[in-house]
Amino acid sequence: MAMISYLKSCLIAAIWFVFLTFPLMVVKVNTLKNTVEWRWMNMLWVAIGAFILSAVWRWAMERRASGASQKEQDGSDTDKKPSLGQRLLDDPKLYRPVLGLVVALALLMPWVSEMYQVTIWVFALIYVVLGLGLNITVGLAGLLDLGYVAFFGVGAYTYAILNTRFGLDFWICLPIGGLTGALVGVLLGFPILRLRGDYLAIVTLGFGSIAKIVYENWEGVFNGARGIEKIARPGFFGMEMDISAATTFTYYLMLVMVVITIFVTNRLKDSRIGRAWMALREDEIACVAMGVDMARTKLGAYALGAFWAGLVGVIFASQTTYINPASFDFMLSAIVLSMVVLGGMGSIVGVVIAALVLNLLPEYLRAFEDYRMLVFGAVMVLMMLFRPQGLVSNIRKTYTHSKKVHAEEANG
Amino acid sequence: MAENTQKLLEVRELTMDFGGLRAVDSITLEVCAGEIVALIGPNGAGKTTFFNCVTGIYKPTRGEILVHPPEQKTHKINGFKPNRVTAMGLARTFQNIRLFQNMTVLENVMIGRHCRTTTNILGAILRGKNTNRQERETIERSYELLEKVGLVHFADEFAKNLPYGAQRRLEIARAMATDPFLLLLDEPAAGMNPQETKDLDELIVRIKDTENISILLIEHDMKLVMNISERIYVMEYGKKIAHGSPQEIRSNPKVIEAYLGEGGDDA
Repeated sequence: MAMISYLKSCLIAAIWFVFLTFPLMVVKVNTLKNTVEWRWMNMLWVAIGAFILSAVWRWAMERRASGASQKEQDGSDTDKKPSLGQRLLDDPKLYRPVLGLVVALALLMPWVSEMYQVTIWVFALIYVVLGLGLNITVGLAGLLDLGYVAFFGVGAYTYAILNTRFGLDFWICLPIGGLTGALVGVLLGFPILRLRGDYLAIVTLGFGSIAKIVYENWEGVFNGARGIEKIARPGFFGMEMDISAATTFTYYLMLVMVVITIFVTNRLKDSRIGRAWMALREDEIACVAMGVDMARTKLGAYALGAFWAGLVGVIFASQTTYINPASFDFMLSAIVLSMVVLGGMGSIVGVVIAALVLNLLPEYLRAFEDYRMLVFGAVMVLMMLFRPQGLVSNIRKTYTHSKKVHAEEANG
Repeated sequence: MAENTQKLLEVRELTMDFGGLRAVDSITLEVCAGEIVALIGPNGAGKTTFFNCVTGIYKPTRGEILVHPPEQKTHKINGFKPNRVTAMGLARTFQNIRLFQNMTVLENVMIGRHCRTTTNILGAILRGKNTNRQERETIERSYELLEKVGLVHFADEFAKNLPYGAQRRLEIARAMATDPFLLLLDEPAAGMNPQETKDLDELIVRIKDTENISILLIEHDMKLVMNISERIYVMEYGKKIAHGSPQEIRSNPKVIEAYLGEGGDDA
């Protein structure tokens, strides 16, 4: 009986989809010959596709619902049981070999694959650092920033201008790019200190667009839509490198950057500063009432997030050797933000994985290029439905204390 | 006994207008060292607004708020940002619990130590000797406070998973972590059952006696108020209508009319 009603609702969904897509998929008007073509086969495909998808959908939803009710029945114990991913992160016996393997593969990669692959990975790693940087602003401090790409652009343009006009070296520009990003972050941060949530998102979205418009139209400084070309690749103690060697070099540089970013974020997360950011995210009024300086804390989060964007902006410019405003449009902000959300707000491992997946999958799935955005959207919807906390949810550190042992004995 | 008469908080003629609405009207109030003072009044009397003015969440329209920290000079704190007021030594809790839900219980208390520690971004990254020592102290002190309010066994639990009464006590522990000399409690017993209220009663008295923290509280639970407070201020429609010891308040006709009128048996 349940089966019949199950099939019935799937059938209704299929009919509904046929109805919805009828004008698009079935009717084709040829305006030149004034004829109408009826493609009935398409209707059949839509019906079958919708029927199967709806069946799968219902099955998944039911599984989720039964999982939730089971959790309630079993009490809190199942609730605490960590997922496979979480166990992998917690147990040194499990994560050490995995980590070693990942590091070994990452180090060997340029020697066993072509330059094209290495280039793809350089960009993927750039996105990883961007994701981790935005993770500080959005994931930890809860400041929804939709204009993050502006800081990336600041870094890239800083290097491009300083290098092509003033001949400054990559290594001098790298910290300058980061600091300029941070400075712009603070400058933009000031007027929006009082804003929260959606208002903040809208204003930062505006900033992102303004940045792009400035790059496009301020010919004198940014060379307008033509962009800036012939940006120097990074040198290494005056060594001459061809494109392939330079790419490999940039790859290793990015690996180091990723490690540094992870290290810094990890340290900050469990520090006085990181806790203040999280408290700010949780409840601004309570946070301020507990003695946290809101302006300073917010600006710190903004500046640090922008710092990483500026830093990798420099590396981005040096890798592509040519930048134009089109590289810094809203889509980039949106993708970096999706990486943070998909990975799990505040979770370092999650963001790294999400950044790699979101960047590498499209590259390796070139064959399905036309459907890329479709799949992207579908993945987002499914993720938010079934795992809203992201791939790896952010588990809080537990602190040890001299009296804790006694307390546990007394209570246990 | 000279210490007992020392004023800690002195509010003079405090007025707060929201457009045409006068929420707080020339309230004068004092809290002395070692005292528990209650501020009572019907809903909407302006008690929480008064708290918000004192703790810097609102900027009062008129009046003076003077703080006399022990062994320090007097400060006028009108218009101070909330974090500066807290750093000065006034800590508060909220009527509608405002915990950091997705942080652990211990971390919630650790936030309270923020204004007493100094680690900056660079220090947090490098984790030098100073940072480690401060971090250590923060953890130890927070643990101690959790012990005092009886929440140690919840230390690693998310704050949102705590039972209601425990959340209220956590708010108090968090406020105490800021090393205040005056604790402002906004309806600490709201929503608690009689047993929890009794425990809270003991906790508040214990805080006053052993921690040397004075207390100003807003409360609707008359039994609690009459039990523990030394002096009571009564507000109605933004105005102070009475002030005195619990006995005086209990028999004050104005108060009975305004507040206890219908349900005199509450007192």
